[in-house]
Amino acid sequence: MSAVLDHHDHDHVHHDDHHAPTGWRRWVFATNHKDIGTPYLLFSFTMLIIGGILALIIRAELFQPGLQLVNPELFNQLTTMHGLIMVFGAIMPAFVGFANWMIPLQIGAADMAFARMNNFSFWLMIPAALMIVSSFFMPGGAPAAGWTLYAPLTLQMGPSMDAGIFALHILGASSIMGSINIIVTILNMRAPGMTLMKMPMFAWTWLITAYLLIAVMPVLAGAITMTLTDRHFGTSFFNPAGGGDPVMYQHIFWFFGHPEVYIMILPAFGIVSHVVPTFARKKLFGYASMVYATSSIAILSFIVWAHHMFTSGMPVTGQLFFMYATMLIAVPTAVKIFNWIATMWQGSMTFETPMLFAVGFIFVFTMGGFTGLILAMAPIDIQLHDTYYVVAHFHYVLVAGSLYAMFAGYYYWSPKWTGVMYSETRGKIHFWWSLIAFNVTFFPMHFLGLAGMPRRYADYPMQFADFNAVASVGGFAFGFAQVYFFVFVVLPALRGQGEKAPQRPWEAAEGLEWEVPSPAPFHTFETPPKLNAAANKIIG
Amino acid sequence: MNTMKSIWKNLTSMWATAIFWFASAGVNLAHAVNDLPGGPAVNQINLYPPVTSVARDQQWLHWFMLILCAVIFVAVFTVMFYSIWKHRKSVGHKAATFHESVTVEIIWTVVPFIIVILMALPATKAVVSSKDTTNADLTIKVTGMQWKWGYDYLKGEGEGIGFVATLDADQREMSNNGGPKKGQDVDNYLLKVDNPLVVPVDKKVRLITTANDVIHAFYVPAFGIQQAAIPGFVRDTWFRAEKTGDFYGQCSQLCGKEHSYMPIHVKVVSAEDYSKWVAGEQKKMTSKADDPSKVWTLEEISQRGEKVYAQNCVACHQANGKGGGPVKPLDAAAVVLDSDKTKQIMVLLNGQNNGAMPSWKALSDTDIAAVISFTKNHWSNKTDQLVQPSEVMALRK
Repeated sequence: MSAVLDHHDHDHVHHDDHHAPTGWRRWVFATNHKDIGTPYLLFSFTMLIIGGILALIIRAELFQPGLQLVNPELFNQLTTMHGLIMVFGAIMPAFVGFANWMIPLQIGAADMAFARMNNFSFWLMIPAALMIVSSFFMPGGAPAAGWTLYAPLTLQMGPSMDAGIFALHILGASSIMGSINIIVTILNMRAPGMTLMKMPMFAWTWLITAYLLIAVMPVLAGAITMTLTDRHFGTSFFNPAGGGDPVMYQHIFWFFGHPEVYIMILPAFGIVSHVVPTFARKKLFGYASMVYATSSIAILSFIVWAHHMFTSGMPVTGQLFFMYATMLIAVPTAVKIFNWIATMWQGSMTFETPMLFAVGFIFVFTMGGFTGLILAMAPIDIQLHDTYYVVAHFHYVLVAGSLYAMFAGYYYWSPKWTGVMYSETRGKIHFWWSLIAFNVTFFPMHFLGLAGMPRRYADYPMQFADFNAVASVGGFAFGFAQVYFFVFVVLPALRGQGEKAPQRPWEAAEGLEWEVPSPAPFHTFETPPKLNAAANKIIG
Repeated sequence: MNTMKSIWKNLTSMWATAIFWFASAGVNLAHAVNDLPGGPAVNQINLYPPVTSVARDQQWLHWFMLILCAVIFVAVFTVMFYSIWKHRKSVGHKAATFHESVTVEIIWTVVPFIIVILMALPATKAVVSSKDTTNADLTIKVTGMQWKWGYDYLKGEGEGIGFVATLDADQREMSNNGGPKKGQDVDNYLLKVDNPLVVPVDKKVRLITTANDVIHAFYVPAFGIQQAAIPGFVRDTWFRAEKTGDFYGQCSQLCGKEHSYMPIHVKVVSAEDYSKWVAGEQKKMTSKADDPSKVWTLEEISQRGEKVYAQNCVACHQANGKGGGPVKPLDAAAVVLDSDKTKQIMVLLNGQNNGAMPSWKALSDTDIAAVISFTKNHWSNKTDQLVQPSEVMALRK
């Protein structure tokens, strides 16, 4: 403990010249994991809002049958860009932001292993984001082939498709660099005494996620590069006119795409595994089984991809294999849910905002899990593939899953980041408002899907009107809830308004991040801390 | 605290009002619409009433899964909410210290595993029966095109019939104008096509799907079929409709800007009605077919050629025959004016410049002869040359 504080003071003495540049240089030349984590989070929130605005234009158009606001070309651009921006711009970078802030603090490392590469992987995202957002203003508008970028529709797109491909390449490179950084940091820089099986769950889930990223981002890069050469250099990888195979594109894309969905949820599992024990005042139940379950999910994620392609045409044996493999994922996921509930069981629970979001996560994510199991059944999927049922399913796991876990993580760790407590009342308003609006938006989509409304439709038969109207109202309510979050929770925290946060704001919080003052000093753990046997406290 | 409560109250009442207002707006607008038999019902919340054995299997499986999942969900979350209720700090509950149990972990790994196997068994049966496309009574090729469906009857009664189905133009226009207005007949909004696919009841129909441009998907929920139509490849699926009537579906794979506007309408009719329909179609076909040995006059064939030009050529070569950009002009072009008619016929049959000018082999001999005759005698071209269908026929291959 004192070691940390000493270094904090020591740091102030030499602060000025080589350690920390000030002004804009502090951020552009940042090598400190905290100064990179914060822009990551702000960047991803900006993208969340941009992606959210696109979603709200979609919902406004779908409020009533008939085209009122946008034409079908623009509508397809909106659905495509909403997907791409949310996946690659909002959720993935947000988790990297959490990783940057928390992993060194949690494992007692001074910083990330490759500080300059860390800077580079953040700043690469800015041109990529500019390119992808500005593609709306290119001739022919933004890419409109769906976020899955299926060939050969991509071959018909205008020049913005190339901008999109290039942006994805850059974002992919950024992700890979981030992953290498996280893996090396976790494997090499843990404080003495913190063995892998004593490591915090968030670090564990990110370690596994980082391996997934390294394995699959190059696959995506390959798929879109082949699309690029098909578009411009006369190759025919996916172009049927030259003997190419559009289904091959789907195989390659989903070989990336399915692990990708776990990339977007495993760190969320990690965050929830910290929040639930803290507010239940009880250790995480079944730590080892959580690690094994996470690894099993990661491994299984590589052999289930073709369940996205049941209607593309597949032999019986293919359908059966991918159906069985997919259903198998329910087992480790169930184990995780059971472990969280067992952690809550016989605890001494309080329900501050992080816990509300974590419990909300468990409840609503499980619904998404069950619809996933239903969709895994090939015969049912033949009915529901590419309908609103699928849209409902993946928003239940990505919004109520990933996004809720990130909110839980924000409320849980922001006192450590900013040094001030958020307002509990505002946090609770944000939670209940989001929870209700979320379900109003997405629950009716299950009905639309069962009734056969295909996704990515700019206009629809009249019979679908009421549920679409309800979903649109919910969508706007959900959007405003996030504006409320930014204006009334995040902004005050950034301005340092609010009660001063103690070093350990949560009674039962365990882990090295709570062993340093709030806000966390610029440099932490410059010399490796000495840990207790459980590796969650600093001794001497 | 009190102020917070009142703010909260105000907020909720505001939202309640807003939601009520929007919802009632939706209801008002939709009041004119009725259920569409074979298509969507108003505010339908479950799968379609099944019309095939495959759809019935799917429905059974869906209920089975829904009930099983709901039971598990309620059981698991009863435990969680009981714990939330009883094991709170505010009711004075002290935290226990247990945090692992190998026995429990094994139990709750094995139990879900068994449940998943129980789920997989009936699903396996359904998969196997849904993939059996053998012994079909009727085979129809379904071609997805931007943005219409082509149907070609390949084998069985009605062999040789082929047509294209597009969305009703008035409905497409209606969509652009902000949707159906009050009082308009809208039960089949965006589902009305000019030429529905006609099939006999109680016959096994095998559909072979393919596409001309990008991937489409042929989706008829009441039959429980959804199959991607992939350019350059063929896939198949099947159905045996057990009821006569009209059934609707839509393209379910994003295929470009008019994705929402390529509906599917399948008319299932009795065996006699089907035979009657086939006879009618075949009559139409023979009356439409041209005799390639017919000898045309220049005026006759130019009129025909003008139509062919408008349908196939005008998009690139323009109405004024000047082309543009990489597209060569036809007006005053050497090939068109050449006294050797063979040259222009060969260009149309085989294409030119690596397919920049595509091959038009698919057009009939009469159409090719007509369009060449037209171009040779239109704009500033005044050759008085006339190409007869027989000349084209002779040059084919």
